[in-house]
Amino acid sequence: MPPLIEIRNVSKSYRREKLEIPVLRNISLEIGAGDFVALMGPSGSGKTTLLNLIAGIDRPSAGSVVVAGTDLTELSEGELAEWRARHVGFIFQFYNLIPVLTAVENVELPLLLSGLDKPERREHAEAALAIVGLGDRMDHYPRQLSGGQEQRVAIARAIVTDPTILVADEPTGDLDKNSAEEVLGLMDRLNREIAKTILMVTHDPHAAERARSIRRLDKGELV
Amino acid sequence: MELLKLIWRNTLRHKLRSLLTAVGIAVAVLAFMLLRTVVTAWNAGVEASAANRLITRHAVSFVFPLPYAYRDRIARVPGVERVTFAVWFSGVYIDKNQFFARLAVDSNSFFDVYPEFLVPPDQLAAFKRERNACIIGSEIAQRYNLKIGDVMPLEGDIFPGRWEFVVRGIYRPRDKTTDPTSMLFHWQYLEEQARKEKSSREGQVGWYVSRITNPDEAGALSASIDALFANSRAETKTETERAFQQSFLSSMGSVMTAMDVMSFVIIGIILLVLANTMIMAARERTHEYAVLKTLGFTARHIFVLITGESLILSVIGSAIGLTVAFPAVEGFQNALPKGWFPIFYIEPRTIVFGTIAGVAVGLIAALIPARRAMSIRIVEGLRYIG
Repeated sequence: MPPLIEIRNVSKSYRREKLEIPVLRNISLEIGAGDFVALMGPSGSGKTTLLNLIAGIDRPSAGSVVVAGTDLTELSEGELAEWRARHVGFIFQFYNLIPVLTAVENVELPLLLSGLDKPERREHAEAALAIVGLGDRMDHYPRQLSGGQEQRVAIARAIVTDPTILVADEPTGDLDKNSAEEVLGLMDRLNREIAKTILMVTHDPHAAERARSIRRLDKGELV
Repeated sequence: MELLKLIWRNTLRHKLRSLLTAVGIAVAVLAFMLLRTVVTAWNAGVEASAANRLITRHAVSFVFPLPYAYRDRIARVPGVERVTFAVWFSGVYIDKNQFFARLAVDSNSFFDVYPEFLVPPDQLAAFKRERNACIIGSEIAQRYNLKIGDVMPLEGDIFPGRWEFVVRGIYRPRDKTTDPTSMLFHWQYLEEQARKEKSSREGQVGWYVSRITNPDEAGALSASIDALFANSRAETKTETERAFQQSFLSSMGSVMTAMDVMSFVIIGIILLVLANTMIMAARERTHEYAVLKTLGFTARHIFVLITGESLILSVIGSAIGLTVAFPAVEGFQNALPKGWFPIFYIEPRTIVFGTIAGVAVGLIAALIPARRAMSIRIVEGLRYIG
């Protein structure tokens, strides 16, 4: 069975004024379906950049990124946006909920692109919130929730479209120990119970222990 | 939850800022409507001009009279259908602040040449029968509570003495551009008094008005009429009614042009106010737009979010401005001395223009922030700290 995520000879560099700054150097990586991979490494090692390339929110300078059989480097911006909506659930370090929307409305947001009608969207959003244990917080605004609850709403938003992969960038980086444990437990459940493929960037060795495998990056190279 | 709900919630996110922006737009739209209405009112005479009427006045100045004897000579010019004449009487009614046009006219021909003054036939007949009768506009009747049979005493200034007129008719304006504030009486009555007093104004009229068959021949007919009186003691200047009205208004022309320009400058100010608000709002939400793009929303969705918010603000502001404009125009007219602007109303095209301007400003103000938010890369947006 081919790997779900296939990265071949990927390099990425940024241009700052006249300087070319290499971030990733000739990376090749394969991740299978249902895997839970933690990407670790020091700051500036290129973890988030690699995550962004796999999630289709950035493009490599060289090489190819194939996810679920689609070469992301060959998609236009519009096609890439559509692809992200269908295949990627993103969990950010700082939750990134829309402050003027309630928990259930935040979770419903990605479903606006799905073609579902209003009652169906609401049903899916409520189910996702129930999975993360926030069935009783649906009409709360982000400011009315704790950090851990906000991150669980963000996870519900990430899984509501049943994406092919979940990508998480330091999902526990802004949480206290208990909330971090809750979030990691939830991700663990999603991986074990519904075989969701998860790619997580983290600095925290304790968080990385929850993954099935750990890949380390240093100065833009896999070590 | 629909995208529209998110647009609406974003609009209300900074309530005070949105409120101030909407009020700013409302005030600007109100100022635009008022200025346009004043300009329209000022030009109302020009707008109301009939294409088939020529005005003949003294070549030197409007204030110099013309001999009554010119009437028949003008009437004989081929292409002239009917000739009438009038004299500016002026005078004081109640006090000097009560301003409206008081004209001595040729009762037999005036209403033939000015069909836009609608007088009931029985009232017109009664007016013609009585030498000191007058016909007044419906607004004058309403303003001074005058009815048929009432006496209007006037203190003469150009024509000294106390004059008493009996109201025998009340005309209605045929359309909104017709002045409903004139008072018209028999020129013969004025002439009798002039004869009695052996005044120098005996046998004189103010100006002639000719109704012509073909408006396309106005230029040639004007030249023909003026040629009749060339090298006489009272040479004439004949022009179309529109040209006459325009020359009459020319003394205030630059002020009106400035007001005209200002009304459009105000549209530009609205644009800047709204664009400033939208740029601030979009900049603050750079991070959120990046999150939305991450979720799969496209640049087009971002455009809709920003433009929608801009349109909501501009439409609400414009609607308030348009709604308030009506009582404001009425209040403005009431605050002015009576008779300054006999025709003072918000033209339909001013309403249409105000509405279009409101929507257009909403769209244009969103262009710069929307373009920026659409083009920013997701990774840059996620790193953005507002």
